[in-house]
Amino acid sequence: MTDELTREATFAVKTGMAEMLRGGVIMDVVDAEQAKIAEAAGASAVMALERVPSDIRRDGGVARMSAPEMIRGIQESVTIPVMAKARIGHFAEAQVLEALEVDYVDESEVLTPADEVNHIDKWDFKVPFVCGATNLGEALRRIGEGAAMIRSKGEAGTGDVVEAVRHIRQIRGDIKKLTVLDESELAAAAKELRAPLEIVREVALSGSLPVVLFVAGGIATPADAALMMQLGAEGVFVGSGIFKSSDPEKRAAAVVEATTHFADPERVLAASEGLGAAMDSLESRKLDESELLAGRGW
Amino acid sequence: MKLPLVGVLALQGGFSNHLAKLQELGVAGREVRTPADLDGLDALVLPGGESTTMTLGIEREVLTGPIVDFVQSGRPVLATCAGTILLDDSHLNIVDITCERNAYGRQTHSFEGEVTLAGNRPFAGVFIRAPKIVRVGNDVEVIATLGDEPVGVRSGAVTAYTFHPELTKDTTIHEEFIK
Repeated sequence: MTDELTREATFAVKTGMAEMLRGGVIMDVVDAEQAKIAEAAGASAVMALERVPSDIRRDGGVARMSAPEMIRGIQESVTIPVMAKARIGHFAEAQVLEALEVDYVDESEVLTPADEVNHIDKWDFKVPFVCGATNLGEALRRIGEGAAMIRSKGEAGTGDVVEAVRHIRQIRGDIKKLTVLDESELAAAAKELRAPLEIVREVALSGSLPVVLFVAGGIATPADAALMMQLGAEGVFVGSGIFKSSDPEKRAAAVVEATTHFADPERVLAASEGLGAAMDSLESRKLDESELLAGRGW
Repeated sequence: MKLPLVGVLALQGGFSNHLAKLQELGVAGREVRTPADLDGLDALVLPGGESTTMTLGIEREVLTGPIVDFVQSGRPVLATCAGTILLDDSHLNIVDITCERNAYGRQTHSFEGEVTLAGNRPFAGVFIRAPKIVRVGNDVEVIATLGDEPVGVRSGAVTAYTFHPELTKDTTIHEEFIK
């Protein structure tokens, strides 16, 4: 194979990677052992991080990119894609993750933001990025910056899906509204969404985002996963929900099964049986404003 | 004449991209998640995705036997990327090839490449953490190449590619499949 026949890291290659994750579950893992459990349960990728969101919440302090040796340990233990998180705006962390050859970088509000004005210029990277969004404008701004995959933010580490439901309904609802607008209305909509007109036009025409849309934040049970898929998610991130539950192996496989068979209640029922206790949870409405993660990023 | 009905294995991966392509060509598609979903299909697509996830799903749904039977019935099968891995001698062992997974490296080495289809036709191939076909059996014909490497093969009614024709606008490969 000669180099003049190939071009690496084009946008089609970045978004294509996310297309191949569709219908799958991406699980947070903190070490190689957990990564192997996730892979054996049918996870379609793992997210390597130092502490799962519920522990970040509990411990407080600045949450940063994980240690490289820990990420490398996970890369060496599984063959499925390995993602890792960088702080919002921390392009040097993203550069390190790219040098490590992680398969996807999550510019994540779960970590402590490094820049309160700018997100990472994601066009500048060969590695693709996934970013969180609470509404369509935020999603399209991230895509404008080069994100190749979008996920809802939810309220990570709570085991409460209410925020993820709000975000996916908001994004899907915002898209529906665009599809009935004419050209002059689209210009106004783009202004209101604070998003690039070109991408707004594309969304209005196709009725969907130009990249894959997953959900994240608070998913703890097979039925949570089925709910999100029926609301139009194209796949699911599960953070603390697996490894903070009483039987991670079983729950991980059950969430995978429910994500595949989301439209078949009998199968979701079967997947929901005998799982033991779900993670300890927090009701997001009762969290103090300063404890909310979804408001990070803009 | 009855219109053909094409199934797409939908346990995980890029199945909706294939369904969209089939729809674009005016062919009815069906998502396949259980053995019963294979009933009455005229052809089957094994899409890309994570081959480990898909293999576990096939085992969970007890789909191994039914998929092998489907292929042996001689109905057309199109496999892309992970779907091609599923067919090889260390998975379902349906096509006499050996694949090496993630053979070009991790995602940062994924690429778009100028593929040559049989008849010297160019095709823009999207290769995502793609496998390589490192051994081609005697009864298997190479029908697509990238440089001097095989990236597409045919064996009976099965065609298999290591790249993703469902991710580009070109419908050549899907048209040939439904013919």
